[in-house]
Amino acid sequence: METKKRVPVKEQAPEIRRSNFDEVCLGYSESEAVAEAERCLHCKKPLCVTQCPVSINIPEFIEHVKNREFEEAARVIAKSSSLPAVCGRVCPQESQCEELCVLGKKGDAVAIGKLERFVADWSRENNIDLSQTLPKNGRKVAVIGAGPSGLSCAGDLAKLGYDVTIFEALHKAGGVLVYGIPEFRLPKDKVVQHEVDNVKALGVKIETNVIIGRTVTLEELMHQEGFEAVFIGSGAGLPMFMNIPGENSNGVFSANEFLTRNNLMKAFKEGYDTPIRAGKKVAVVGGGNVAMDAARTALRLGAEVHIVYRRSQAELPARAEEVHHAIEEGIIFDLLCNPVEILADEKGWVKGIKCIRMELGEPDASGRRRPVEIPGSEFVIDVDTVIMSLGTSPNPLISSTTPGLESNKKGCLIAAEETGRTSLDGVFAGGDAVTGAATVILAMGAGKKAARAIDEYLKK
Amino acid sequence: MYKIKAKRLLAPSIYLMDVEAPRVAKSANPGQFVIVKMDEKGERIPLTICDYDKTAGTVTIVFQTVGCSTNKMSLLKEGDYFSDFVGPLGQPSEFIEEDIEALKQKKIMFVAGGVGAAPVYPQVKWLYEHGIAADAIVGCKSEDYLLLEKEMKLVTGNLYIATDDGSYGYKGLVTDLLKDLIEKEGKKYDVVVAIGPMIMMKFITQLTKQYGIKTIVSMNPVMVDGTGMCGGCRLTVGEETRFACVDGPEFDGHLVDFDEAMRRSTQYKSQEGRAEIERQEKVTGHVCNLGLGENNEWN
Ligand SMILES: Cc1cc2nc3c(=O)[nH]c(=O)nc-3n(C[C@H](O)[C@H](O)[C@H](O)COP(=O)(O)OP(=O)(O)OC[C@H]3O[C@@H](n4cnc5c(N)ncnc54)[C@H](O)[C@@H]3O)c2cc1C
Ligand SMILES: Cc1cc2nc3c(=O)[nH]c(=O)nc-3n(C[C@H](O)[C@H](O)[C@H](O)COP(=O)(O)OP(=O)(O)OC[C@H]3O[C@@H](n4cnc5c(N)ncnc54)[C@H](O)[C@@H]3O)c2cc1C
Ligand code: SF4
Ligand code: SF4
Ligand code: FES
Repeated sequence: METKKRVPVKEQAPEIRRSNFDEVCLGYSESEAVAEAERCLHCKKPLCVTQCPVSINIPEFIEHVKNREFEEAARVIAKSSSLPAVCGRVCPQESQCEELCVLGKKGDAVAIGKLERFVADWSRENNIDLSQTLPKNGRKVAVIGAGPSGLSCAGDLAKLGYDVTIFEALHKAGGVLVYGIPEFRLPKDKVVQHEVDNVKALGVKIETNVIIGRTVTLEELMHQEGFEAVFIGSGAGLPMFMNIPGENSNGVFSANEFLTRNNLMKAFKEGYDTPIRAGKKVAVVGGGNVAMDAARTALRLGAEVHIVYRRSQAELPARAEEVHHAIEEGIIFDLLCNPVEILADEKGWVKGIKCIRMELGEPDASGRRRPVEIPGSEFVIDVDTVIMSLGTSPNPLISSTTPGLESNKKGCLIAAEETGRTSLDGVFAGGDAVTGAATVILAMGAGKKAARAIDEYLKK
Repeated sequence: MYKIKAKRLLAPSIYLMDVEAPRVAKSANPGQFVIVKMDEKGERIPLTICDYDKTAGTVTIVFQTVGCSTNKMSLLKEGDYFSDFVGPLGQPSEFIEEDIEALKQKKIMFVAGGVGAAPVYPQVKWLYEHGIAADAIVGCKSEDYLLLEKEMKLVTGNLYIATDDGSYGYKGLVTDLLKDLIEKEGKKYDVVVAIGPMIMMKFITQLTKQYGIKTIVSMNPVMVDGTGMCGGCRLTVGEETRFACVDGPEFDGHLVDFDEAMRRSTQYKSQEGRAEIERQEKVTGHVCNLGLGENNEWN
């Protein structure tokens, strides 16, 4: 049946892409996009929209695609999202908009993400100007962090006429989009930079190399620099380690370090000065998106790569598409194994990782079956590099330098879900800094909600 | 873009630059550092803040050419720009939070090795401006390599110089000089602050441990972001893993695992070396051929 299957999307073949950093997914052509759009039933009560954190009017934009009105489609999306080319690529669509698509009940859901990506790419290639803003009102708002939450909050406020400045700690805007997610999933110059430029085109100023809490404090922004409200979108960038013996050996890196060297500092490219070490045989510890990205990056740098994860494949927290791509590319999955020690040679360099085998026991609080150690089952995987990808938590730099700004035990800022209001008057927060490591689209949704709340706050 | 307002050669392969960075200058304190990046393709290079002028909006850095990036940096001229200059990073020196009267009761000795004289300077100067005269030992290879002697003299109580070859001041290592001061001249110190190559700081802490003198060291592991994001700068301090960029760079020297820190700082050496050789082969007369690896005194 035609309507049950989605139009397949072209991808670079695994045996070719495993040795380059070009994008894996090649996206739909015009005719493929139109054919896929024709599958949408244009539901009266579209469940897909309820699952999109920024409420893109999905049936409407898809209808325009069906009619080959791509510019109109782009305008519909632009009303709700400032980063469609990013979300079309990295949103976990299967658990967001596509999850409840009616077609998904009997066949494949509409490929909403791939269509969104198509429209965003088309609009970029055709230089469509989507910047529409209200007249400037002269009121200053500061945004901390140029990740997805900060960019979308800033973009929305600029559209409402506010004078917005983003302060970013790194030398480049984009947050995880530039330092974490690799080029082969999200091209930096073509896609991310372009979407950052779109936000700038709305009049948003971006000051890089400013660390709030060090270069200037949040209080100084409000009391000396005249910002009437502040949005904190500082992410969750602090890497966790396992605290097992040998973890400070030479050749043990956090996924953040490894990915930052490769993506932000472009270590993989000729002519860039920052070095990276992938080794010959790498163990990546963890099973999330970050682990997949680190693994597939190490593979492309020429290493044999093992993913070491303590549960089974069904529990891998990474997106299904990434796991599938990783397997296709030849990443080896050592599942139900937990590292207990990192072994080093006499000079202190990694020579192996000692793991213990696990089996799945009773479900835990999260509903996933809890892994338990099988006594006496230790074994060693010979590797020369270990990349720890165990998750991240929010950086305490801002909370520790801003009196009165409350955070919880995990270091996450406390903010109201619908408005982003924090314990300080005029200070709002959202994204990973509030939720802990989550997703691009949730961070953008939080940025949008906060923009609306800031507007209401300042109008009072 | 951050303009280089002044540049001076202080000693062979050691350069001073005043860089226009008003936001950094405004918030800078002794003990903190910055990260500089030359251009689009450059590395992020951490350097200690050696001075700052809050009215002029400038920050002074002093660096030694040890590898590719520092060599490239040494070719920048007055009027050129760094593409990025971020800071101040890390925690300020502990003493700026202390009660001044209590601090005045303390005898403080600074020990600087090589280019370490530069980061010691703002600390001694800060104390001097708060009415406290600290002593300092500055050690270097030979007279030619002595940094900031005039400036240091103005702000120290006693300034002692040690050179490896005896061309100026005491002949020998800073550790020997400190030992002589304590044992032969009966000097008493409550706190020692040591800044320089890791190996020097390690031996100073071993010495001061014998005398039971509290010792602060300034650690310089390989860094990327300088904000706690990569974990590359992690050290073991008293059985705990700490990030030098946010928890430090200054730590209690008696708790630092120096052997691990020195080993970790070689992690990218071969990579850089190899990349360097490839580059030199491609471009003859390339900028990085100025004695790569020879001046690796700081680390
Ligand atoms: C490797 C990796 C892969 C991922 N893959 C996916 C994926 O496929 N799909 C998906 O949906 N999500 C993915 N995620 C998660 C997603 O990227 C994040 O949830 C999202 O980026 C959070 O956005 P944010 O704006 O809250 O924070 P961030 O993107 O982290 O941005 C925060 C910004 O604030 C800056 N900052 C921090 N502190 C300060 C300060 N004191 N002063 C100034 N600036 C500061 C940071 O430098 C950073 O640029 C991935 C994450 C990683 C690390
Ligand atoms: C907090 C801190 C303060 C510092 N202050 C000064 C200073 O005031 N003056 C000064 O001359 N040097 C200082 N350094 C050291 C300086 O950063 C390195 O000399 C410089 O990064 C070397 O770069 P390169 O490419 O020229 O040499 P490379 O050939 O890359 O390396 C030579 C050696 O420098 C070290 N190194 C390399 N990259 C880094 C990096 N990103 N971060 C830290 N160390 C690195 C390594 O141990 C390496 O073996 C400081 C380092 C830190 C962490
Ligand atoms: S932004 Fe994400 S959740 Fe929303 S429609 Fe696009 S892909 Fe789906
Ligand atoms: S639920 Fe599916 S079919 Fe219905 S409007 Fe949304 S995308 Fe189209
Ligand atoms: S330099 Fe990255 S965490 Fe310290």
